[in-house]
Amino acid sequence: MLKIRVMPTLLYRNYGLVKGVGFNSWRHVGSLMQSIKVYNLREVDELVFLDITATDENRGPDFELVDDFADECFMPLTVGGGIRCANDVKRLLEVGADKISINTRMVEDPDLITEVAKRFGSQCVVVSIDYKRMPDNTYRVCTHSGKKIENIDPVELAIYAERCGAGEILLTSTDRDGTMSGYDFFITRMVCQAVSIPVIASGGAGNYPHMVDAIVQCGAAAVSAASIFHFTQQTPLEAKRYLKQEGLPARI
Amino acid sequence: MKKIAIIDYGIGNLDSVARAVSELGCNPLVTRRAADFDIAHAIILPGVGAFSTGIKHLIDYGLVDSLHRQACVIGIPFLGICLGMQLLASSSVEGGKPFEGLGWIPGRVELLKPATSHERVPHMGWNEVHIRNSHSIFNGIESGKDFYFVHSYHFVPERKSAILAETPYCGSFVSVLCQENIIGVQFHPEKSQKIGFNFLSNFLNLY
Repeated sequence: MLKIRVMPTLLYRNYGLVKGVGFNSWRHVGSLMQSIKVYNLREVDELVFLDITATDENRGPDFELVDDFADECFMPLTVGGGIRCANDVKRLLEVGADKISINTRMVEDPDLITEVAKRFGSQCVVVSIDYKRMPDNTYRVCTHSGKKIENIDPVELAIYAERCGAGEILLTSTDRDGTMSGYDFFITRMVCQAVSIPVIASGGAGNYPHMVDAIVQCGAAAVSAASIFHFTQQTPLEAKRYLKQEGLPARI
Repeated sequence: MKKIAIIDYGIGNLDSVARAVSELGCNPLVTRRAADFDIAHAIILPGVGAFSTGIKHLIDYGLVDSLHRQACVIGIPFLGICLGMQLLASSSVEGGKPFEGLGWIPGRVELLKPATSHERVPHMGWNEVHIRNSHSIFNGIESGKDFYFVHSYHFVPERKSAILAETPYCGSFVSVLCQENIIGVQFHPEKSQKIGFNFLSNFLNLY
């Protein structure tokens, strides 16, 4: 049986590991390289690396940096931040990424998703969708690390991303991010029902039961988390033991 | 130190395979030069992505004949990983269009079809590899252990005897194939942590 993946998400600026709340007030939480080494030793299911300033600083991915990180991990790796063209994708795959994650470009240039899927296969194309709840209770997509609110519904964007050739959706609530108050079940469930590709629930995990809810109630294929692993005693392995206790398939 | 040729055909994650090979005490040669194949102890054909692009690159780089000579005539150990396994097939259907493969192991490459409403494609993540025919490539590896997969297509061999292992998803698909010295794996041993290294090490020590 396919196992539910528990994926630590590592956000970085230069060589520093950071974590914010609501995509804001970023705190330095340690050395990226050190975290990677630890997660590699602990054999986590998969890692997500996101360079949170690349797009804002109008630059591409730092390939050397990704190369350095990738050399430390013999585990599946998704890399995002600053991807502008198919050649950026090619270089990231060459230095050790298994999948790449595209966020802002999905909105600005959806043809890029189709081009990358054609050249490298859908299985390596993760479309990352950040979204925010508006005062009128509708939801809107955000790009540029949450800074720009687009007039797009996240569920519609997910459907469109699948049609363009995306192989997976990384779905992050910017409101829940860093709050440890639980995933946004409403949108997570809507997106899981709307697409037939795997969805990674992200933004808000505060404990293991939150993860179970995202999987059982919403249909997520994987759960991503950052704060609970940075700031609490909870670990990916314990999370998976909990999932298993709850009768879910997990790799221990 | 054993030299292992890792075919660089402009597609896929070569670096991870090369690092895994060197961690296991061999010397990886990431190459598309036929002269390097002659001095290699074994050949690995890695690859992610589109079948049509993969086969086109093998042809464009002039690799097909020299690889065929090594793998099918001389018979040195050959491992195809993920797309590298699928390219060994006779043909593939991608986006509704048929493409010819290397044809070393008779069979077709097809899109995975979900068997239940819970199954999603691409098949992404850790899943079980159930051994159907014993082989020294599984030394130290129990049947049913999890390996890492990331793919939408799978290999349907013509001959059942080529099947070494299967994985329960979308019904069931072939995750390890073997025809004499040629082995194909749908999962990524280089990304499957300890158990993946165990598998790769078995391959590097086959002969």
